[in-house]
Amino acid sequence: MVKVSLAGVGFQYGSHKVLENISFDAFPGEVTTIIGPNGAGKSTLLKLISGILKPTKGRICLDNKDTIYMSREEIVKIVSYLPQENTIPGILTVYETLLLGRIPYLSLRIKEEDLKAVENVLEDLGLKSFALRYAHQLSGGERQMILIAQALVREPKVLLLDEPVSNLDIRHQLKVLNMIRKITFEKKMTTIIVIHDLNMALRYSENIIILNGGRIVGKGKPRSILTEDLLAYTYGVDVKIYETDGFLNVIPIRPK
Amino acid sequence: MSTEGTVHKATETTIYRNLIYKRIIFIFLFLIICVFFSTLNIITGPMNISMQEIMSALFLRSNDNMINVVILEYRLPWTIMALLVGGALGLAGLQMQTILNNPLASPYTLGISAGAGFGAALAYVIGFRILPGLPIEFVVPLNSFILSFLTCMLIMFIGKARGFTSETLVLGGIAVSFLFQSLLALLEYLASEEALQAIVFWLFGSLTKSTMFKSCIVFLVLLFVSLLLLKDSWKITALRLGEEKAESLGVNTEKIRIRVFIFVSILTAVAVCFVGLIGFVGLVAPHIARILMGEDQRFLIVGSILCGSAILSAGAFICKTIVSGAIFPIGIITSLFGIPFFLALVMRGRRGIW
Repeated sequence: MVKVSLAGVGFQYGSHKVLENISFDAFPGEVTTIIGPNGAGKSTLLKLISGILKPTKGRICLDNKDTIYMSREEIVKIVSYLPQENTIPGILTVYETLLLGRIPYLSLRIKEEDLKAVENVLEDLGLKSFALRYAHQLSGGERQMILIAQALVREPKVLLLDEPVSNLDIRHQLKVLNMIRKITFEKKMTTIIVIHDLNMALRYSENIIILNGGRIVGKGKPRSILTEDLLAYTYGVDVKIYETDGFLNVIPIRPK
Repeated sequence: MSTEGTVHKATETTIYRNLIYKRIIFIFLFLIICVFFSTLNIITGPMNISMQEIMSALFLRSNDNMINVVILEYRLPWTIMALLVGGALGLAGLQMQTILNNPLASPYTLGISAGAGFGAALAYVIGFRILPGLPIEFVVPLNSFILSFLTCMLIMFIGKARGFTSETLVLGGIAVSFLFQSLLALLEYLASEEALQAIVFWLFGSLTKSTMFKSCIVFLVLLFVSLLLLKDSWKITALRLGEEKAESLGVNTEKIRIRVFIFVSILTAVAVCFVGLIGFVGLVAPHIARILMGEDQRFLIVGSILCGSAILSAGAFICKTIVSGAIFPIGIITSLFGIPFFLALVMRGRRGIW
């Protein structure tokens, strides 16, 4: 169980400030979503937590250990980051693609536990029939499922997903997000998802963080934090929020 | 229900293991082809030598006989060099394609061949020895090796300045190639007729100057480099997934790219300095290996080496037999046979692989 804590985190390219004064906590067993307009710095935030980028200000702690003192190898064993890109080039079977998710653990001879981990993930996600298909022959949605499986195969404590369901139809969106929430809860993972779909964000997160212009403009429980005014201010769009069947829905009305 | 589940689980692992066994079989297949053509290479030649004489030359080793000299100082080094240079080019080509993320890359893409050619030409035309005081047969190889190394340094410099991405490397390689090609053209313009002929012949690529000593050098470099690459094989395989993905898996893509680039440069430089420019092996061998074995570098590294060895051994045999009594420059054979093969690869190319 690993808690993710950010305190005063800032990041800039040269003089261009991408993120400023980002502070929040993400807890094990909970899904935290990050929403915000394009260019708000959401992907950069995930890259900072995953160790690909180092913050120019502030601290990122995994279980109270500052990541600045951790090597890439150490971080990657705890944190699994799935970037937005949805391609799997090369002549790779699904099985091998998943195996590559275990790179931090792989040596020249593949160990039984690596194979077991791949098997387990295939089973958990209902992807067994895909095992020997070639990745480049899969549809976009199928590929996305495989990439999510690849992110899970090394049994991370922290799962960072950048737009994990943008390529999927509504049924698969629900399936995947249900599965992510279930695994997050069962394995006490700390899951942070960047997502554009506000309704999915409302439905699946225990905590929500709203980013705009590199700063946090709101954070907390979705139902309490997400107001029509806040969304209008963040996205520049008049919205209405309705409740149907116990689910909240954000309906965009018109741009301001 | 639970036994059904366990049987299913066993099936997946066994299917994966079957995948692995299939690849190991292909490796053995390449090995057999290498052995086959190597045997042919030792047996055939302008001089007619019986099997018995060949065996006694190889295993009894008395050098006072002309037959022994032909076998031990011509045919054997020729055969072994074909295997080693083919393997070196195959491996160099594979890794060049990997770090440049480009199926058209070959060991020569980043200008090493241009530098090597220029180095050799320096020796032939001006008689310029970079390291004076060495036996004459090592002047050209040493010149070309040192110039190849210089080319590598230039690319490193460009890479350090602008970042080690595949785009930067390719652009830098093109610039460096043009630089040395124009310098080479200048030397060819200034050269005497004999020197010009010598340069042109060197550029064709030829195994005729092989010796056991040179073969040993190539062997050691190939062994050393392939072992080091095997150690990093998973990280290199990850590079194929794309920059972002590889980084997200914890691979420091820039560091790996630099490391592989240095290894490839040394390998190519050593292969080229002794035999000149032999084309297409480095381009085609990795593609064949990849089609048969997928992307797993543990197998691709070995497969590319063996495939390259097989191709060059076959090519060596062809260039000995195509014109009776004479030996055709091997570089021409590989290029001529390589082109239609390459076109076939391009035509049947599957989408979405690169």
